[in-house]
Amino acid sequence: MPQYILRRLLQLIPVFFGTTFLIYALVWAVPGDPFAGKCGQVACPPAYIEMMTAKFNLDDSIFVQYFKYLGNLFTGDWGETFNGVSVGELIGNAYPVTVRLALIAVAIEAIIGLSAGILTGLRGKGFLDNLVLMSTTFLISIPVFVTAIVLQIVLGSELGIIDASVSEDATIGELIVPGIALGSLSMAYIARLTRTSIAENRHADYVRTAVAKGQPRSRVVGVHLLRNSVIPVLTFIGTDIGALMGGAIVTEGVFNINGIGGLIFRGIQNREGATVTGVVVLLVMVYLLVSLIVDLLYAVLDPRIRYD
Amino acid sequence: MRASRGFWGATAVVATAALLLTACGGGGSGDDKGSGAVDANASVSVYGTEPENSLIPANTNELGGSKALKPVFSALVGYKSDTAEPYNLMAESITTTDSKVFDIKIKKGWKFHDGTEVKAKNFVDAWNYSANGKNGMQNASFFEQIQGYDEISAKEPAVKEMSGLKVVNDYEFQATLKGPFSVFATKIGYLAFAPLPDKFFADPEAFAKAPIGNGPLKFVSRTPNQNMKLTRFDEYQGEDKVKFKDLEVRIYTSQETAYQDLLSNRLDFMEALPPAAKAGGKYKTDLGERLVEGKLLGISALALPYYVPGYNNLDLRKAISLAIDREQIVKTVMNDTYAPADGYVSRGIEGYRPGVCEFCKFDPVKAKEFFAKSGYTGKLTIASNADGGRKEPLVAACNSIKNALGVECDFVPATDFGQWRSIVNNRQLTGMGRSDWSADYPSIENYLNPRYKSTGSSNDSTYNNPAVDALLTQADQTADKAAAIKLYQQAEDLIAKDLPQIPVWEEKGVGGKSNRLKTVKLDFGRLADYSSIEVAAK
Repeated sequence: MPQYILRRLLQLIPVFFGTTFLIYALVWAVPGDPFAGKCGQVACPPAYIEMMTAKFNLDDSIFVQYFKYLGNLFTGDWGETFNGVSVGELIGNAYPVTVRLALIAVAIEAIIGLSAGILTGLRGKGFLDNLVLMSTTFLISIPVFVTAIVLQIVLGSELGIIDASVSEDATIGELIVPGIALGSLSMAYIARLTRTSIAENRHADYVRTAVAKGQPRSRVVGVHLLRNSVIPVLTFIGTDIGALMGGAIVTEGVFNINGIGGLIFRGIQNREGATVTGVVVLLVMVYLLVSLIVDLLYAVLDPRIRYD
Repeated sequence: MRASRGFWGATAVVATAALLLTACGGGGSGDDKGSGAVDANASVSVYGTEPENSLIPANTNELGGSKALKPVFSALVGYKSDTAEPYNLMAESITTTDSKVFDIKIKKGWKFHDGTEVKAKNFVDAWNYSANGKNGMQNASFFEQIQGYDEISAKEPAVKEMSGLKVVNDYEFQATLKGPFSVFATKIGYLAFAPLPDKFFADPEAFAKAPIGNGPLKFVSRTPNQNMKLTRFDEYQGEDKVKFKDLEVRIYTSQETAYQDLLSNRLDFMEALPPAAKAGGKYKTDLGERLVEGKLLGISALALPYYVPGYNNLDLRKAISLAIDREQIVKTVMNDTYAPADGYVSRGIEGYRPGVCEFCKFDPVKAKEFFAKSGYTGKLTIASNADGGRKEPLVAACNSIKNALGVECDFVPATDFGQWRSIVNNRQLTGMGRSDWSADYPSIENYLNPRYKSTGSSNDSTYNNPAVDALLTQADQTADKAAAIKLYQQAEDLIAKDLPQIPVWEEKGVGGKSNRLKTVKLDFGRLADYSSIEVAAK
């Protein structure tokens, strides 16, 4: 096990260099002058462009630029945006909010998705099953920005239950509705996935054996059935945490949440390589770590799984 | 299963509690209209976007940064919000006999927010720093008329001061220009000409994070991408004092969200409305009495670059201009947020005359005649960045041209403003291009010199008429304001004959306010005039 973890952690190194270089090159190699539109209708003074070019090493080849960037990164300097704000500070401001939002979204999708999936999986065909089937189909078919805007307008402007935008504190309470919007799609998938998995395993031999042994139904379902059925769902939730961190672009935009999603969005729009690269490095790390944790959890759920 | 049940129970409690919290958060804003009294200790929030550059006056020229910096700094000259008329703000007097040497006296007793007094050298030092090429300030070229600018704006300048700036005493300094420039006294109201305290020069970078100015509001804090907070500077001496206490410039990623907040009174002011609200004139019913209309100083035009084959043809220019149904487009596509343009200068500017552009009326019959005379074949194109609602009116203009002239017309999109400006600046247009202009300072000069002088910084159509250049130069050098305006008007008449650009429409400036605000005015540069804001007392 420790060997496995070590190997997985070592794998992070090439992934780190690969992704950061790709992202850095993609952002800065976009054709066009990043400072062309900075001074409105008038072209910027040459002194300004020269200073900015020097500041961001844009005269060097992309490799030299990248290694200069990495050098700074290892000394803890994430670089600066064009308007002189440290990227480290931006990420520091944005991260807690996005983590909170993502956790709320995961909690919502896990709680509602799993319960709906378990209920329908156990009962089989009937009214409830049809209801869940229809509502999940509905959720899957509408894009997140529609869900978000509809929730915002109906609950916010029309009914006045929530505020249309999240305040600067971004408290848990304020983040629930955005969390629902963000998690709605995955919630539908989780319900479907759980339902299928439970329905399949319901007639498995080990469940029949457990029932035959006279164990109470709650134990049969809770321990025997659920434990085995939840593995694919767990994989999904695991990768979803990573996806939610980056995928919050739309939701954060709609509810005006100052998080990682918005940071990437603005970074790409303004061609700010430092911001985009910095955030993506972090997202890659989160992705890798979460998938490592998910892999390790497998062994806990199913002792037959061994790592070597 | 006991543990499991406990878990569900706990979740239920958390979920309920959280829902209750959300419900509490939503209630707040009411419809208090008040009895006419003004709450002098109120806080006000305005819609904002992230500043594009560091928060230094000479490095700020876009709306996002200006919103926070303008109220923090007071320049020598201010502009009235209704008429855009300049008046002496920090200046005691600005005198000149030849429009070349300006003697500027400043008012005594004004303070920066750190308590130090504003002196003449604060202006001179700030201007020298801003013009210095080494510092790479975006607005450096605003100082170009001052003697010594050419030396100091070099990449590695040998001098640290412009020879044209001289401190006479603590409250008086002298600016000598390269040549006479009659509009200088109006121009120095622009943000880039603001004074900087001694603290700035010690550490400009730290200053940019917490600017110290001499304006009606002082900087409190800033969270990037979130907000900027300002508060009233109680020792402020100027006549544009504010009548509230705190100001929050709240940064939004989407205008739509800000608009939702405005409608539910969580946001107090927005100077622009999202396209969704403009569609079908929805904003009129949405906002009702809360609609705020301004008089922006700016003009939208189509540049017809002389370097594009076939476009160097006066008959074609006339044909296109006559073929655009401005009235119709302004009404149906822009929902009355714009007005048709009929000249090269905005309506609110001193020296504006109606109908200067005789070909700016819709006349399909005459348009067709001119088009036949031009002998132009092939299709016409209009290029622009397509974001921010730029596309729709230009597509409509294209259709109008197509219907009137019977010629193909296409809209050519650029991805964003940056790419768009690099196409224009590098002279890579292949047809007509959108060429909008917002005045930096309210003067007829600011509409003509940058755009139609052959050396103009924003001469998108590469227009070059020596007669126009000569008239503009002569006007610049004329000390008498009325006489100068006459000369600028003569230049405008010549431009109208050549049609280097086709004026299409002018933005009116439409914003909205919350129920809390009794009054708010929009200034010519699309900013809230903070001194006009009054919050109704509860």
